[in-house]
Amino acid sequence: MLLGFKRTKQEKQIEKIEEAQCKYNQIKPATNTIFNIILAFLALTCIIPYLFVIIISFTDEKALTLYGYQFIPKKLSLEAYRYVFDSGTNILKSYGSTITITVLGTIIGLLLTGTYAYALSRKTFAYRKFFTKLIAIPMLFNGGMVANYFVISQVLMLKNTIWVLILPLALNSFNIIVLRTFFNTSIPESVVESAKIDGASDLRLFFQIVIPMALPGLATIGLFLTLAYWNDWFNAMMYIDDNSIIPLQYLLIKIESNMEFFINNATVMGIDGVEMALNLPKESTKMAIVVIATLPIIFAYPFFQRYFVKGLTIGAVKE
Amino acid sequence: MQGQKSRKRSFMSRLKRNRQLIMLSLPGAIWFLIFAYLPMFGVIVAFKKLKLTGGFIKSLIDSEWCGFDNFRFLFYSGDMWIVFRNTVCYNIVFIVLGIVLPILVALMLNEIRKKTLAKIYQSSMFLPYFLSWVVVSYFLYAFLNPDKGFINNLLQSMGKTEIAWYSEKKFWPFIIILVSQWKGIGYNTVVYLASICGIDKTYYEAAVIDGATKFQQIKYITIPLIKPVITILFILSVGRIFSADFGLFYHIPRNSGALFDYTNVLDTYVYRALTASGEIGMSSAAALFQSTVGFILILTANKIVSKIDSDNALF
Repeated sequence: MLLGFKRTKQEKQIEKIEEAQCKYNQIKPATNTIFNIILAFLALTCIIPYLFVIIISFTDEKALTLYGYQFIPKKLSLEAYRYVFDSGTNILKSYGSTITITVLGTIIGLLLTGTYAYALSRKTFAYRKFFTKLIAIPMLFNGGMVANYFVISQVLMLKNTIWVLILPLALNSFNIIVLRTFFNTSIPESVVESAKIDGASDLRLFFQIVIPMALPGLATIGLFLTLAYWNDWFNAMMYIDDNSIIPLQYLLIKIESNMEFFINNATVMGIDGVEMALNLPKESTKMAIVVIATLPIIFAYPFFQRYFVKGLTIGAVKE
Repeated sequence: MQGQKSRKRSFMSRLKRNRQLIMLSLPGAIWFLIFAYLPMFGVIVAFKKLKLTGGFIKSLIDSEWCGFDNFRFLFYSGDMWIVFRNTVCYNIVFIVLGIVLPILVALMLNEIRKKTLAKIYQSSMFLPYFLSWVVVSYFLYAFLNPDKGFINNLLQSMGKTEIAWYSEKKFWPFIIILVSQWKGIGYNTVVYLASICGIDKTYYEAAVIDGATKFQQIKYITIPLIKPVITILFILSVGRIFSADFGLFYHIPRNSGALFDYTNVLDTYVYRALTASGEIGMSSAAALFQSTVGFILILTANKIVSKIDSDNALF
């Protein structure tokens, strides 16, 4: 596999041998059982809330008003999802913005991180120290929320544009350090040197040799970025105050007041409106949106987990 | 004259030699100048009596200096004591639990016999880390919703009185700590588990031959060998003792005013001061205080660690 996603045969074999070697140094069966119970309990507490929200989203709205949220619902219904897809142009629009932001942001972020990390990884780079300091200082000191707000909204004039949701998250020192370490460990100096002798420029070297060789590392950073963009609500909360771009996470924040607003309006709209408001699957719809907003993460979870563990392990390596 | 010229020439030739690498790092460097360094100059707002009249830069130049007035207002305001107490106390608890719990879990994961089960546990515990605070706040709401939530349903069916969770502040220190650990445990466990797995197996083999028990192995091999990771994470978290996770303290209590006594921390205070009351001077003073103290603390913690054990220091 190109990305090394599947475990190779060799890795599996090594694991087996290690397991066999460990046999003589194992914990007692009783301790093993206790540990398993504790860990299983912890694992379940991490998953059950999500399952609960999924169940609520499939519960009939009347059952919710009568009996509250239940793990075993009295009546199932797809009403919430139907409502989301029928009348939810806003929701679909939000989905679109989140996807656009995530894709654009990940590409821009990868380009910025990759080029910078590559320059830092080259030992012949005369200004390496300077550029390392440039990213180290912001890790220790920052201007704070207010100064950031004024720079972005008043100096850069990015308020209410899509760029305010993309640019501030595109780069950070941690990602650069992880990727630099990855370049340092996975691209042998000899490859770089021989390419140089063949007359390849640094630009060509980066795009034609380093990028293909460092795909797993780039995938890790790409997933870091994807997750950060998909889950970002803070920038939207700070810098978006008209209804032009509402990413999913921000929609979830706003929907609390928006649904109430819908019902308040309905009483003015007349009998049709009242009826509509009463039939609106309010509670289950909210939970349905939560489920829809997290679905891509759940599907990509195996990838996420594997590469995150890799990235964290690299990131933990001290220079 | 001659020397200056040749120095200039060598500088130019060095620049030329590194031309392409500079070109590659330039976009990133510009990003850092705009999004990280430019706001650093914004901290002068904290020393100004800022009134927004027209453009921001113009009003910044026009407004008069007021020295430390903003800071004085900040520290004399009644809420400030509560805000500081919350921020620091929560962070101390988070630092301790954030080290102890994940190490315990990592040790257990490392010891249980079925490795496939260990993988399943680890994957499940990692899930909350991938969800945003907004999503998590809905999860919690499903349990704590005053009239539909699971817990109140349960209380009702047992014949007990229901609790208005989002206005009873006495439960919130516990809820905040629980939710923060719930969300972070998977991530921290992975960090520690990675360094535990990286320990050379021969240490343990030698210890077994010497008749060491499992507990002794953990005490004398595992813990000392993962100490560098613990120290680095400790220094970093001490540096952040005046910063709080905004999402945790804003979305999890659903921004409920009744809970502010136990949920208002510096970050939420600054945000509310900026957006609701428009107290620009005071909120930027708070933000400057936060990053300055954080900076000093991280240097101090690092210095102390490097005095005790120079190998474990951050820099």
